Amino acid sequence: MPVTIKDVEYIANLARLEFKEEEKEKFTEQFNRILEYIDKLNELDTTDVEPLYHVIDLKNVFREDIVKESYPREEILKNAPSRTEFFFKVPKVIQVEKPQKENEDKEQS
Amino acid sequence: MFADKYEAVIGLEIHAQLLTNSKAFCGCSTKFGLPPNSNVCPICLGMPGTLPVLNKRVVEFAIKLGLATHCKIRTYSIFARKNYFYPDLPKGYQISQYEEPICYDGYVEIELKNGEKKKIRLRRIHMEEDAGKSIHDQDVDTLIDINRCGVPLLEIVTEPDINTPQEAALYLTKIRQLVQYLDICDGNMEEGSLRCDANVSVRLKGEKKLGTKTEVKNMNSIKNVEKALEYEINRQIQILESGGTVIQETLLWDAGAGVVRPMRSKEEAHDYRYFPEPDLVPVVVPEEWINEIKKSLPELPEEKRDRFMKQYKLPKYDAEVLTSSKALADYYEQCVKYIDDYKSVSNWIMVEVLKILNERQIDIADFKVKPEHLAMLINLVNEGKINQTTAKMVLEEISETGEEPDSLIERKGLLQISDESFIEEVVVKVLEGNKENVERYFAGKDKLFGYFVGEVMKLTKGKANPKIVNEVLKRKLEEMRVKVNG
Ligand SMILES: [Zn+2]
Repeated sequence: MPVTIKDVEYIANLARLEFKEEEKEKFTEQFNRILEYIDKLNELDTTDVEPLYHVIDLKNVFREDIVKESYPREEILKNAPSRTEFFFKVPKVIQVEKPQKENEDKEQS
Repeated sequence: MFADKYEAVIGLEIHAQLLTNSKAFCGCSTKFGLPPNSNVCPICLGMPGTLPVLNKRVVEFAIKLGLATHCKIRTYSIFARKNYFYPDLPKGYQISQYEEPICYDGYVEIELKNGEKKKIRLRRIHMEEDAGKSIHDQDVDTLIDINRCGVPLLEIVTEPDINTPQEAALYLTKIRQLVQYLDICDGNMEEGSLRCDANVSVRLKGEKKLGTKTEVKNMNSIKNVEKALEYEINRQIQILESGGTVIQETLLWDAGAGVVRPMRSKEEAHDYRYFPEPDLVPVVVPEEWINEIKKSLPELPEEKRDRFMKQYKLPKYDAEVLTSSKALADYYEQCVKYIDDYKSVSNWIMVEVLKILNERQIDIADFKVKPEHLAMLINLVNEGKINQTTAKMVLEEISETGEEPDSLIERKGLLQISDESFIEEVVVKVLEGNKENVERYFAGKDKLFGYFVGEVMKLTKGKANPKIVNEVLKRKLEEMRVKVNG
């Protein structure tokens, strides 16, 4: 099924990107070309092939559970476009009717 | 009122924060309550060019929980990226597991009120990292603390096998007990180290198709999970009964108001675009390691309960209460090293100790009475040196001071009086001072016997041995009756 301009808009929105109309058209065409190319792979019969999750045939190396020193806070906050003394500062994420910081805190993960 | 027509179908997702020293993919400390943004490095801050390295203990903890919940363990498992934008997730994705989670197809058994056992199947347990904290209660901006970012979590997902809020509470209690026994998570729901989300739908009884589900979040205690589910099930039934349709949405439980509220959606669709994490190679777990972990598993709650019943000849109820937490079970076992009366220790812990813990809202770990001191106290009662009432008072006091019971008893002169001649003197005094009552007693007012006992105890400041008081009083009254009648 070919990619439409709607799909491009959807993906752009998920990626928080904004495009002009002509760019959207260009991406629609490019997306389709890439997918056509990838489709070629479907010509192969992979019924008995294990899925490959990583391109290099390596196995994991673990780290022991040992605490290392973190970075000084000043270093961590140095590149932040907006900050307080201790925190990163971002535009208000959620309209809250009353203070309920715990609420939003846990909706993650 | 329509509840009988409907059946609820509930699936739970639990997040357990792991008790590792360092984060999942970097060496930053996982310590709770440190100043904001002080446990942060370029890896957990998601700086470009950094690479995650997996903490071995995270895998070990996942396998432990998997084995304890009868899961199959994958010897080859992979990480995935879950993509979404939120300021407390600086990388723009969470490292999680999607396909091939480390544990799958397990179950936990719960015991319902009627004694029936029910298996709650586990679909999967997977490893992932926590996000940071957003602080919204500022006037203008949202503040971000990255300390929690990268702290390891296990996500435990059930099949939709749960049908009532009570079953959900039992299941959650069981998981909390397990992670505490395994020492992989502190299980504290109030502080958020154990979090629970629920998928809830209702359908007519007998119907095979599932109804539209909602997701309920923000329930930070087992009680709240029960209440929130109760509320949500009723809400859905009410909608259906009035001819409406349930909308699939995410709801937040507002414990204060006792209602669920729709969460303002931050993304139109939950489209996380999972894909295998290219920065981490597959996790290969050798069979020998799994076997090693299996051998190192501690005694689990049910095994401990059964052993308590056998070894200490305790009723099932006692064994269950005592093994409800590992710390309490350990306390019991420390006590019985010093005393053979296993049942009395059980009674004292279940009634008096738990009462004190409850009143002061503290854990057994913070209980000041050492196990050997509780044993000593019970021994003193058994030997008749102090009576129950005094012992309870002593326990109350030493649980605040940590003093040894015998020194307190001596200091306050609380030893029980078992000297019969002394008790006899007091009894005679009481009876002579209550001539009218004695006559009424002889006339048939049996209840006055208790009054006489009370008077004797008053005069001896509660220290007289009640058994001896009873005997002496009976004998003296009998002698007087013979005199009066004779
Ligand atoms: Zn770090």
